[in-house]
Amino acid sequence: MSTETTRSVVIEREMPHPPEKVWRALTQSSLLEEWLMKNDFQPIVGHRFNFRADWGAVDGEVLAVEPNKMLSYGWAAFGLESVVTWTLTPTSTGTHLRMEQSGFRTDQEQAFKGAKYGWQGFFAGLEKVLARIE
Amino acid sequence: MALADPTRRALFERLSREGELTVRVLTSRSGVSQPAVSKHLRVLKRTGLVKGRHKGRQTHYSARPQGLAPLVDWMNFYSRFWQDRIDRLGDLLKRMEQ
Repeated sequence: MSTETTRSVVIEREMPHPPEKVWRALTQSSLLEEWLMKNDFQPIVGHRFNFRADWGAVDGEVLAVEPNKMLSYGWAAFGLESVVTWTLTPTSTGTHLRMEQSGFRTDQEQAFKGAKYGWQGFFAGLEKVLARIE
Repeated sequence: MALADPTRRALFERLSREGELTVRVLTSRSGVSQPAVSKHLRVLKRTGLVKGRHKGRQTHYSARPQGLAPLVDWMNFYSRFWQDRIDRLGDLLKRMEQ
């Protein structure tokens, strides 16, 4: 992967829970639905799945699974091809959780594709998501 | 947001689909008056989503899809999205059995 042409979103958080428990929330379909989106996820390498939200669907494929340590899947939506990688590191108080979504291109092609594939639904969803956050 | 308005969104979509059109042609199937269409086009032009080209007495408008680029800021969108979702993950973990 070329670091010159893509960028990542990284979020790190301390979770006062053991890695095994965080792992369950990241990989069990019914638990994923509670905090992320409706899905048919299974932590099996090569498994293809969808995340479904009212603003659209995400196509995914499981790329790597290391129970309680690392989970990686492709995340494609509205023309954005990216990879989401979760890393769990045990700490004295629980788990250091790191999420990296990589594959954001620095050129504008991504935005063109986004526009082409479903900007209308995207905007509707974006407005909804942002309204809830702010 | 310029595209939050349904009439403007429809105008932008039509220009994206059909290419260069005049205000008169755009008005014909828009269901709104010509001055209203002109007003919407001015807003779209100001935000860089359409451009106008003068030809005789008419102005021909076309879409500028690259104008969408600053709006579809995926990194910004996903930064907020994941912050929000990971907050929810934290709440869920509190509710879960050990």
